Amino acid sequence: MSILVYIEQAEGKVKKTSLEAVSFANSLAAQTGEGDVVAVALGTIGNEELAAIGKAGAAKVLHGDESKLDAGVIQAHASAVAQAFNHIGAKTLVLAKSSLGDAVAARLAIKLKAGLVSNVVELPKTDGGYVVKRSIYTGKAFAETSITTENKILAIKKNAIDLKQDGADAQVENFSVSIDEADFASKITSTERATGDVLLPEADIVVSGGRGLKGPENWGMVEEMAKILGAATACSKPVSDLEWRPHHEHVGQTGVKVAPTLYIAIGISGAIQHLAGVNSSKCIVVINKDADAPFFKAADYGIVGDAFEVVPKLNEAFKAEL
Amino acid sequence: MKILVCITHVPDTTSKIQFTADNTKFDSTGVQYIIGPYDDYALARAVELRDQASGKLTVLNVGEADSEPTLRKALAIGADDAIRVNAAPKDSFFVAQQIAHYAKEGSYDLILMGRESIDFNGGMVHGMVGELLGMPSFSPVMKLDVDGSMVKMSREIEGGKELLEASLPLIAGCQEPIAEWKIPNMRGIMSARTKPLNVVEPVSQETQAEASKYSLPPAKGAVKLVDKDNVAELVKLLKNEAKVL
Repeated sequence: MSILVYIEQAEGKVKKTSLEAVSFANSLAAQTGEGDVVAVALGTIGNEELAAIGKAGAAKVLHGDESKLDAGVIQAHASAVAQAFNHIGAKTLVLAKSSLGDAVAARLAIKLKAGLVSNVVELPKTDGGYVVKRSIYTGKAFAETSITTENKILAIKKNAIDLKQDGADAQVENFSVSIDEADFASKITSTERATGDVLLPEADIVVSGGRGLKGPENWGMVEEMAKILGAATACSKPVSDLEWRPHHEHVGQTGVKVAPTLYIAIGISGAIQHLAGVNSSKCIVVINKDADAPFFKAADYGIVGDAFEVVPKLNEAFKAEL
Repeated sequence: MKILVCITHVPDTTSKIQFTADNTKFDSTGVQYIIGPYDDYALARAVELRDQASGKLTVLNVGEADSEPTLRKALAIGADDAIRVNAAPKDSFFVAQQIAHYAKEGSYDLILMGRESIDFNGGMVHGMVGELLGMPSFSPVMKLDVDGSMVKMSREIEGGKELLEASLPLIAGCQEPIAEWKIPNMRGIMSARTKPLNVVEPVSQETQAEASKYSLPPAKGAVKLVDKDNVAELVKLLKNEAKVL
C-alpha cells in the first residue's frame, strides 16, 4: 500500500507546493505505516524534474506523459488521478491546496468515495480514529475534523510541513492514462500568467502595498524589494479595486490567502478583511506612518514612518545584508 | 434559462470568532449573519444573466430556520423563488448531496455559488455537485458570459487566469469581479416577502468529514518597533531573531 500525491506542474516545472505535499505524505506514511509515497504527475515534464520529486520524499513517480494533460483540464486531471489511485491501491491521496488542486480534489472525493478535508495545517492524529486539523474562518480558527471513510483526501495548506530535500531520486514509471474525450468537452482557450515572477500563493516572502502608496506609479520600490528578497508582490483590496494592481495580487478575505514565512505590509492599515488573508504568515512586518494603524497589533515587527522614506532605505539595508 | 444559485448563511466578515460548549460550537452571540460574500457575487451575476435571458432564478440554502432572513435577502436582491433544505450543513459532502438532488429535480441550466464559504473555506461543494451530476465544474470563476448554450469564462489560476469555453449545463464557483454586489431596493424588499420560499427535507444524512472540536490560534505577542532611522536593525532582527531571511 502507498499514499498517492497529485503533482501540479506549470510549463514542465513541478510546483513547490506539490513538493510540500510529497513531504507531508512521506511523514504521514511513516506515521500510519502506509508504505511509501507514490506521486502522479500529468503532462509533459522532463525525467530529471520528475526524479527530483524523490528529494521531497517520493519513492516512485507515475508519469502520465500525455500532452493533452499539460493544461489543467479539471475533469481530465480528476479522471487520471483516480486511475492512478486505483492502480496502486492507495487509500490516501495528498495534494496541495490550489486553484486546480481544489477543483480536482472535490471531484475525486465523489469518484473515490473519499472523505475530503482541505486547508489541512498539520499531520492528522491517527491513533484510534483519523482526526485532521484544518484552518477555518479564513485563518481565524481551527477545526478538528474526523474522516469516517476508508479512502481519504487531504488538501494541505502551504507551510503545513517543512519541505524535505534530502531524499534519493524517485523511480520514474510511465503511466498510461486512459483518456475520455468527454472530459475535454470544455476548452481552455488561453492562459495568461505573469512570467518570471514568484507566484503569490506559493511565495515564501510576500511584499504587499496598500493605498498609502498613493498610486500605481509608486510601486517601483515595492517591486524592487520583492526582487531583492526573491518575493512575490501583493496588494490590499482597495488597490486592486482601483486597478492600480491586478486582481490576482489582492490578498484578503475575498482575495488570495497567503501563508508565507515573511509578509511585509507597506502602507496597509490592516482592516480585518485584509488580516484574514495574511494571518497564517509566520512573520509579519508592518511599515505605516500611522502609529495607530490596526495592522501593528497583528505584526511581529513594525516601523512607524513614511513608506516613501523608509522603503528605499530598507531596500539598501536588505541589499547590504543579503 | 433556469439558474440555481446556492448561498451560504455565514457570520459577517468582521465577526469575532469564538466557541462555546467546551469548544464544540460556534458562539453566535452578537454575530450578524450575511449571504456569503462569494455567493453574493454569484447571485449578482445570476440576476444579470436572468434579466438578459428572461429566465428564472432560484436560490437555495442548506440550513436551519435561522437562515431564512438570508434567503429573503437573496429574494430581495432579485431571485424569483427560494428553497431551504432543512438541515444544518454538516460537511461539504452532506451539502453537495442535497444540492445535487434538488438541482437535478429542477433541471437547471446553470448552477452558481461562491468559490467557498467564509466559515469553513472548503471550496469543495461545487466540484462535488459537478461530479454527482456528471456536469463540468469550474472555480474560481471571475467572468461568466452566456450566449445561447455556449459559456465563456475566465478562471483564476496562481499568478494569472485562464479563459475557458464550455456548454450548458455547468456549475461555477464564483468570485469577484464577476459582478458588482447588488443592494436590495425597497421594491425588492417588499416583493421578497411574498415570493415563494419552499422548505424541503434533506435527502441523505450521510457525512464523511464532520468537524467536532474548534480552537483559536495562540495570541500574538506585542509588535517590536524599530526606529525609522535605523532600518538596518530590522534586517538584523529578521535575519537573526525571526530567522526568516
